[in-house]
Amino acid sequence: MTEHKFDIYITGVGGQGIGLFSEALIRAADHAGLVVGGVDTHGLAQRGGAVVSHVRIGPAYSPLIRRGCADLAISLESYEALRALQEYLADAKTLLYYDVRWQPLSVRLGKESPLTDDFIRQECLRRNIREIRVAPESLTDSRMQNTVLLGYLAKEALIPGVKLQHYEAALNDLMQGSMLEQNLALLQKIASA
Amino acid sequence: MKKLGEILASHQPFSEIVIGNAAIARAMLEAGVRVVTSYPGSPTPEIAEALNALPKESQPPYFEFSVNEKVATEVAVGASVNGHLSCTFFKSVGLNVAADTFVQLGLMELIGGMVILLGDDPGANSSQNEQDNRHYARLAYIPVFEPANAQEAYEMFKEAAALSQKRRMPVIVRLTTHVCHAKAKVRFQGWQPRPLDNTPRFDVKNGPYIPISASVFPLKRRALEKLSDVAAYADASSFNAMTDFQNGRRGVITMGAPFLSLMDALEDVTAKPDILKLGIIHPLAKEKTLAFLRQHEEVKILEELDDVLEREIKALAFEHGLPVRIIGKKDIDDWLGEYTPDKVAQVLYKTWPDLLAKDEAKGAPVASRAPRPPQLCPGCGHRSAFYAVKQALKESDITVADIGCHTLGFLPPHQMGQILLCMGHSSATASGLSLFNQERRVVAFLGDSTFFHAGIPGIINAVFNRHNLLLIIMENGTTAMTGHQDHPGVGKNANGATDAIPLRRVLDALGVTNIREVDAYQQSKLRSLVEEALLESGFKVIIAKHPCMLKLTKEMRRRGQFRGRRVTIAPTCDQQHACIAAFACPTFQRTADRQVSAHQDLCIGDGSCLQTCPTHAILAPSDSAAKGGASHD
Ligand code: SF4
Ligand code: SF4
Repeated sequence: MTEHKFDIYITGVGGQGIGLFSEALIRAADHAGLVVGGVDTHGLAQRGGAVVSHVRIGPAYSPLIRRGCADLAISLESYEALRALQEYLADAKTLLYYDVRWQPLSVRLGKESPLTDDFIRQECLRRNIREIRVAPESLTDSRMQNTVLLGYLAKEALIPGVKLQHYEAALNDLMQGSMLEQNLALLQKIASA
Repeated sequence: MKKLGEILASHQPFSEIVIGNAAIARAMLEAGVRVVTSYPGSPTPEIAEALNALPKESQPPYFEFSVNEKVATEVAVGASVNGHLSCTFFKSVGLNVAADTFVQLGLMELIGGMVILLGDDPGANSSQNEQDNRHYARLAYIPVFEPANAQEAYEMFKEAAALSQKRRMPVIVRLTTHVCHAKAKVRFQGWQPRPLDNTPRFDVKNGPYIPISASVFPLKRRALEKLSDVAAYADASSFNAMTDFQNGRRGVITMGAPFLSLMDALEDVTAKPDILKLGIIHPLAKEKTLAFLRQHEEVKILEELDDVLEREIKALAFEHGLPVRIIGKKDIDDWLGEYTPDKVAQVLYKTWPDLLAKDEAKGAPVASRAPRPPQLCPGCGHRSAFYAVKQALKESDITVADIGCHTLGFLPPHQMGQILLCMGHSSATASGLSLFNQERRVVAFLGDSTFFHAGIPGIINAVFNRHNLLLIIMENGTTAMTGHQDHPGVGKNANGATDAIPLRRVLDALGVTNIREVDAYQQSKLRSLVEEALLESGFKVIIAKHPCMLKLTKEMRRRGQFRGRRVTIAPTCDQQHACIAAFACPTFQRTADRQVSAHQDLCIGDGSCLQTCPTHAILAPSDSAAKGGASHD
């Protein structure tokens, strides 16, 4: 049982598999014996819009995190990482993101400039936020990007009390067969790197 | 791997992490529900997914996706008057479609019991409004339970089912989006399936079931008597409970998810107000409410959406001459949006500025760059269709949207669809727009699931009354927006194979004579068909067909048949950006120096974009190697 609250704000783009990712986090925290809950806020966003998932560990009531109060922000995509950082992450906490970019329409149309490598870094420095940027790897299935992030969560022990074996147990709950094997192998590789 | 269906069908007590919608499916088993009907609509379709995952041995209830919410309600009523406990569920605005049937239910002796699950959507996350369906419950004299989380959803459903069976009346369980989707570990009780009883028990002696003129009054009297009995029951129910912080001065009356937000918003407050949380929100538990009002000098009514409770409680206090100060909504903002913890902090700050630090109550959204609205998927046939149709139209023509994935066509760059009301409205609204209108041609869009749901009457009307418009039916072979449920045109239903009702044959039978059909990927053909059709007068239909590519690629991925094919951009690209600016497949990315590339995670390689490039620089997956196309990732 935790006494402390730990709020995790997760973002991505519809189609990246954020639902499975947050379910894995919730299950890992549960396997670690923590009280945990959360919610995916999808709406119409399955069609390539921004998607968000809230995960709350410890004594919380609403499944929704308050703005500017997250202890950890995780993003499956870089533009959404910036949004998570600006809207939900508290100062001096941690941002973990997979640096793949799915440009929003306004960027593709040239109405806004593309995100530069430096932009998120500067913002993190300014607010004393620990930035963990995960460079894209070549993967057989792009949805395994999420497992790479789980690997980083385990390796860097970013969620207090949740360890590699808990993430493994979560994947065991959610997958089977060769998909499970591939993802477990990837998780272990990253966590022990 | 944990199998949700098997877990939910366990006979032993268990705890599991589930969303509210899945917890409801288990509650249906325990309550002995025999018949469940629905029409897909967020936030409720996951109830159907959970029901469909139940193993056959667990004797899951009969389930169907009906043609629309009205029909779903009627099927459930039929089952109930025959003695079976039934349930129907759908989204908030679905109740408008069902309303004609729904308002009669209180008059009926529903001998098997019937629970109506409503997925209301404060915040309009996936709906065209955020209507507060508590108004309907009052209109129809039907009790309402409102859970705050998955555990309560499970418990309240069972209680609602029991009440409904006992009182032979309809009972509503009102869910909201983040109750349906909230995940938590729920404690489930053990369960032993009861032997099935298929006896048809319909008997007019339980009625009368024909409410005509004078016979309406005894039925209405009976409905009101039942409702007042439920008020007494609500007073005794532990679902209406006080959280006592020993605060004689201030109290809050609230319910559902806003209660959870309130608890979070009060986290750092020392002098917390007492809280009366209502679980049965209609009819009001009068005695409990009065006692709470008497115990406090000031009571805030914290209520999401409309002021239903506020009016009732103010009237109650007035009637009893209570000195308490009742604080309801302060301004229009209080009527808008979901009562998240941030919103509740704002509302509390307006109510009692000394309670929260101003800082606590901020919660204003930071204006963020590069918004990312939902958009049509890579390879979606609707994109191809909109791209072609737009070329055939004049700036001044009027386009009418309907509900479905194709609604997204209203966004830039297509901007196809300038007015939207509700499911199936498009033909009729377009008919009205065409009256006395010679200059501006009117084009309506309609999806295939929506065609069967509510689109047909508008089409019949256009034929019957000889309206002058072009209807473009975007047929993708599924109910895509809500997660790919089958519809009557498909040849499958929730239980297996069935006879398909081809849309084209329906149109023929309705007397539509001017019909054209085309694959939505054939852009130049579609464009010329639209141009042609718009030269003709009367009611014209074009069926622009292409299977939903998200559904198709998902199925291919599941079968291991999906190959990561994608287009590439040839060096001949002269940066006109038509693929981005006019066609707008999300695949096309742009670098700071205006180069275009096809994103490898996004492109599905269908090639519907090739025709849009004026310099033919988009190379089909198989051509890329031959023509030396480069890929920029
Ligand atoms: S789900 Fe299907 S119909 Fe809807 S936008 Fe995606 S591809 Fe198009
Ligand atoms: S081939 Fe790729 S880029 Fe072209 S429309 Fe299909 S998904 Fe989009």
